[in-house]
Parts: sequence; C-alpha cells; structure tokens
Amino acid sequence: MMADSIVPVKEIEEKAEKMDTDKMWVIMGPQHPFSHGLWTLKVKLDGEIVTDAEPIVGYLHRGWEKETENRTYPKIIPMADRLCYAASMTYTHLYCMTVEKALGIDIPEKAKYIRIVADEVCRINSHLMWLAAVGTDLGNLTVFLWCMREREFFLDLNVKLCGARMTTNYPRIGGVRNDTTELFDRDILRTVERFEKALWDIIYLIDDSSIFVSRMKGISYITREQAANIGLTGPAMRGCGVDFDLRRDDPYDNYDKIDFEVPVLQEGDSYARYMIRVEELFQSCEIIKQAVGKIKALGKNAPYRLKVPSRVPAGTAYAKLEDPRGESMMYLVSDGTDKPYRLKVRSPIFVNVSSAKLQSVGVRIADVPAVLAQIDMCLGETDR
Amino acid sequence: MEYTGLSDFICGNPDWVYPNPMLNAYCPFDSYNLAYDLSYKLWEIIGGTLAWLVNLIWPGNPISTWLVDDPTVVLFALIIFMLLIFMVAFVNVLIVLWMERKGLGRMMDRRGTMVGMKGFLQCVADGLKTFLKENTLPKKIDKMTYMWTVSLIVGLSVLVACMVPLSQRWYVVNYDSGLLIIMAFFALAPFFILVSGWSQNNKYSLIGGMRAAELMISYEVPMLIMIATTALLAGSFNIGDIVYAQNSSVWYFIPQALGFVVFFFCATAEAERVPFDIAEAEAELVEGWQTEYAGMKWGLIMLGDYLRGTVSCGMVVIMYLGGWTLPFLGDFSQFTIEGSTGIGYLLAWLPMPELVFILKSYVVFFFMILVRCAFARVRTDQILNIGWKVFMPLAVINLAIVLFLKIGGVM
Repeated sequence: MMADSIVPVKEIEEKAEKMDTDKMWVIMGPQHPFSHGLWTLKVKLDGEIVTDAEPIVGYLHRGWEKETENRTYPKIIPMADRLCYAASMTYTHLYCMTVEKALGIDIPEKAKYIRIVADEVCRINSHLMWLAAVGTDLGNLTVFLWCMREREFFLDLNVKLCGARMTTNYPRIGGVRNDTTELFDRDILRTVERFEKALWDIIYLIDDSSIFVSRMKGISYITREQAANIGLTGPAMRGCGVDFDLRRDDPYDNYDKIDFEVPVLQEGDSYARYMIRVEELFQSCEIIKQAVGKIKALGKNAPYRLKVPSRVPAGTAYAKLEDPRGESMMYLVSDGTDKPYRLKVRSPIFVNVSSAKLQSVGVRIADVPAVLAQIDMCLGETDR
Repeated sequence: MEYTGLSDFICGNPDWVYPNPMLNAYCPFDSYNLAYDLSYKLWEIIGGTLAWLVNLIWPGNPISTWLVDDPTVVLFALIIFMLLIFMVAFVNVLIVLWMERKGLGRMMDRRGTMVGMKGFLQCVADGLKTFLKENTLPKKIDKMTYMWTVSLIVGLSVLVACMVPLSQRWYVVNYDSGLLIIMAFFALAPFFILVSGWSQNNKYSLIGGMRAAELMISYEVPMLIMIATTALLAGSFNIGDIVYAQNSSVWYFIPQALGFVVFFFCATAEAERVPFDIAEAEAELVEGWQTEYAGMKWGLIMLGDYLRGTVSCGMVVIMYLGGWTLPFLGDFSQFTIEGSTGIGYLLAWLPMPELVFILKSYVVFFFMILVRCAFARVRTDQILNIGWKVFMPLAVINLAIVLFLKIGGVM
C-alpha cells in the first residue's frame, strides 16, 4: 500500500515527527475536581508523565482593587473578607494594618493580642481546609470529612468571637470590633487542647499509611534557590529549606512577644511541604494559648479600639503579614480624601501558583493534584 | 399413576402426582437446582391458571395444551429462572450499596444515606434519578462503539454475577472449570473499558481506558497463581469441589494465610475499588473512562461495578472461607423437612447455604469498605510495583507452602 502512495514514506515519517503527535495537552480546569476553585492547569502529557505545564488564572477576576477606590475606608473591611474564604480574618487584619500605618497610629495592646488569636484561629481553619483537600486529591474522603469536623469547632470559635463563621468582618481600623465575649478564653483553650489530641487521629491516618506517604514523598523537589527565584512564600517555601517567617523575622502586632517555633525542612519535596503545614497547626495552638493568657493579664476593661479619623492623610503606606498561605501585602496610596486613591494587593498564591510548572514537570498526571494541593489554591485572592 | 404432563392436572386427572422438574427430559440441569425448581413451580401456577382460564372459554383448544406442554413449561421456567437469578444478584447489589454508603458514612463521622428504611431506599431513589435523566450523547464520539461497549461491560458484569453459585443447588452452570470460567469473564471487561475510553473522544477517558489495561496486567498474574494454588489444594477447578474439599479438611485461609490477604487485595483491584480505582481516579481524571457517560448509562455502569464487587467477595468466600458451608454444620443437607423438628426444621425450611454464602460475602465486603475508608489511591507506576514486586513473590511463596503441604501429605 505504502509503495503506491504518492507521498514518499520517509516524508510522512518526518512530518509525523514534526507534528509531535505522541504528546498531548490536557486542559485540567476550570471545572475540574482537582482545581479547588476556578483555574486551569494545562499539562502536556507524554503517556502519563507531565512534560510541560502552564497555569491559567483570572476566571474569578472581579475588579476588587478598582472597586475599593469607590468606597470609604471602613466600607472596604467587609470586602477584604471576601478576598479569601478561608483566610478572611488575615486579609481584614492586613487591610486595617495598612490604613493604620497610613494614619500613623498605634492600636491598643489588647486589640493586638485579639488579632493574633483571630489570625491563628483563621490559620488553623485554612490549614484544615487544605488538609481536607489533600485527602480528596489523594483519593481518600475520610481525611476530608475528619478535617471538616475539626474545622467546625474553630468556626464555632469565630461565631463566639464575632458572630460569623467565615466572612468575619471583625478587625477595625484602630482595633477590633468588639472585646472578646464572655467565656471566650475558656472555650478557645478547651477547643485548642481538644484539637491538639484530635489532630493526631488524622496524622496517624495519613503518616502511618505507606500509600499516603509514598504518594507525597520524593516527588516534585524544589531547591532553596528555585524557591527564592520564583518567589515562593509561606509553608511551601519553608518546606524547601528557606528559614523565613514574617511573624518571627519582621514581627507585627506583638508577635515578637510570643514564643513560638517556625518549622523548616530541608527536603523540598511534596511531603516536606505537607509536614510544615501540619507542624504549623500545632504551633498555632501554642500561639493561641500564649496570646489568650496575655489578653487575660490585660484585664477586662482594657481598651480594644481607638477612634480614628475618616480621612487618611495624603501619602503611601505598605504592610505585610504572614497569611496561612504565604506573605500577603497591601500597598495604599492616599490622596487625602476618605477613599483610597489606589489599593494594591499582593496575593501569595498568585505568585506561588507560578511554580506549578516547576512542581509538576516530571511527575505523573496522578500526582498533579497531590503536588499542587501543597500550594493550597484560593482563587478569590489570586484573581481579586 | 405415572406422570404424563401438566395436561392431566388441567383436565382433572385425580391420580396426578407432583412432577419433579429435574426428572424432566428437557431439564438442562443434572442435579437438583433450587432456583429452577422454584421457577418451574411458579410457571406451573401461572401457565396452569392461564391454560385453565382459556380452557373455560374454549374447551379443548390447542393454546391450553401448548401452555402446559413439557417443552413450553421448561422454556418459561428457564425464563423465570434467569429472572430469579438476576433478581437475587440485583437485590444483593442494593444491599451491598447500602452497606457501603452507610458504613462509609459512619466511619467518616457522618450519617450516610437517610432516605427511608435506614437509608436503604436511597439506592432506589438514585436508580430512579438516573433512569429519568436525559440520554445525552457527546458530539464527535464513535457512537456505535460508545454504546455497545457500555452494554458489553454491564452485560459481562451481570453475566459473571449470575454465574457465581450461591450453593450446590443455586447455580447456573456446573462446569468442571467453573473458577476459571468466572475469572475469564471477569478479565474481559478491561478490554471493553479500553475500547470505550478510546471511543469517547475525550483525553480523560482515553487515559482512564489505558489505565484499566495497566491495572489488569498488574494484578491478573498473581491472581491466577492464587487460583492455581487453590485448585492444587482442592484437586479441582470445580467450585463445588473446592467448597466441599474445604468442608472436609479446613478452610483454606488457614494453610494459605498469605494467599488470602493477597487475593483479597487482588479482588479489590478486580472490582476497581479504592485503593486501586486508578481507571476512574476522580481527582485527576474527572471520572476516568466513565467521564462521557451520563444518566442511565452511568447508572448501569455503577450497577456493573457493584456487581463485580459482590463477585469479588464471592470469589474470596469460595476460595478461602469455605463457601456455603459452616464448620460442624456443613452445607445443612443433614436437615430435611421430613426428618427433623424444631430448629432443624427451621434450618431445612430456610435457604440456609445461600444465606451463609451471602452473609460471608458481606463480611468480606465490609473489609473492602474499611480499606476504602483508610487508604488513598495508588499511582499507576506504584500499582505495577505492588503487583509484580509484592503480590507476585507472595503468591509464589504461597504456592510453595501449599506444595510442601501437599508433598508432606498434610493437606
């Protein structure tokens, strides 16, 4: 048959080589079980092995930064809640901190400690959400539901503190909205002590199972240099051996008066990044215990909020904070009115997701969800 | 008086005796078959009533005679027999589905299904939902392949589920190579999964289909070695022989403790359940090879999956847990309705061997639920490693142990 063909066989073969037919692009997303939110990962597959990858974000862009320019300063606080459903408290905190810097005021001690407690509860919420997602990405629903069960206790703490579960709307420019409610310190200590034991159930389920560990160990290595070059921050960076945490190295809001450890691992594989976050859960519990003690020591009638002017003097301000997922920053340009001239958000995941190619090239497609779960995607803040 | 056919009964012969369907010249079974007996009696009632009614209107008509003729009765009895066997398998699947959803729910600290009768009716509701869904066909698929592969996969699952004997008297075929035939039909499905994944014009289903083939080459060989080991111990591939060999000596999970564990995991892989459900890994492949199947087709595939799950458990029970026999009680054949009273009468009256078999397979399935609850999904290269570097040597060691036992004359 081929001998009768008009086109010489050799030419056909050459063309086939040029066409690169043995590899295919698989577009995972925007509606795909692995993308927790609306984003796309294009992966180029050679059989099952990923040879190239390209993250595409922007499906959830809603003009957040532009919208803030039409709102007065206090009205932006509930909007900051909506940046990330799992880290609402930290983003509101960050926004308030930025405006406070622009105003040049120092908030009361008690507010600082309450913010620390709220931030760490938020961090535990966010990390449990991430652990749940790791479970489903590895094909196990038990981890997911157990994490959700534990997370419920911390959402209840949010309710106790400010009446809302997820979009908390709690920090205010100049302090926090309300003092800690009655018996809040008792409840939070009980919850944390219970959680420190209950977390071991989940850890035993994952770390004692060789299947779980073998799915994460030894894949998707990132070196220190690569992590620094790509701008990784947060637990993902600390899993690659970079010893840096804003809470310790550039402390804000009295984090310097609290004694805690920053977990760092040198391995740089997917499992190390997993271990960092689990260890951070325990460290958050430790921070909460100390901060609650400090709040108690300050007494019941200590001030927790300052009165602040509605107009911010012209100039710029910049604040950064250790988000559950990395370093989030806000940059405020004020023209002296009661509305910001420009408010820029630096989302940690927007930068971290650019490591998707670095992380997923070389692994099998089965590992792509497991590896990218370690970034802990949240699209609200990525696309803004 | 000698029995000459059902027409004697219709025409009012006073000396009529109850026929034994197994003595019928047209009977396809060589030993007593409870399911066939039941269907024969059922058709005698239905067909007899029909014939009698027609005979009332038109006495001496040919239709009545045809309805109660021996070949006709056997034909209709066989149709009812098939329905009966399928019904039992189907109800079995419903119970297993309920067990899985409720058990998994409890282990995960949630309630599980809640619709009616402790959640049992959820399966019915889901079945109804898939049945009422629109039949959607994606564009640019190979329509014929797309449709016939799903029919074949579901059909093969039903076939293999119906072929597992529940007891010595509840079977479809009684071949000397019964175990091999079940395994052969079992192993056919991955080929059609591969073709089906190809026909859907979807990259996810293509990868899923390829993975089904990859899965098969990893667990099939150790599994067949284990089957050979069991056959070596029992001296036969016949399922009845294997079960009675265990009844007369000891259940095979004791001499083949290794093989029992390995076969259990192979059976889990065979049923494509977590941790070996790589062909439909929902985390990365959406739904694997089932991605483009919606509505009733997907419902049937699910039914097929669980049918295969019950068969896997049935195979474990047959090969290692003594099938339908119990220690000291055997297969309950010593209890007869005529010869016993009290508990013995009850045991003879109830379908005890069938119940024992089904309950044993539920116990095995419960362990599969535990595995699904505790494990993550393995990777494609890991399953090849597990199959060839863990299961295979263990299966060979198991075979060696059995050989020594056999040579030493212990078993």
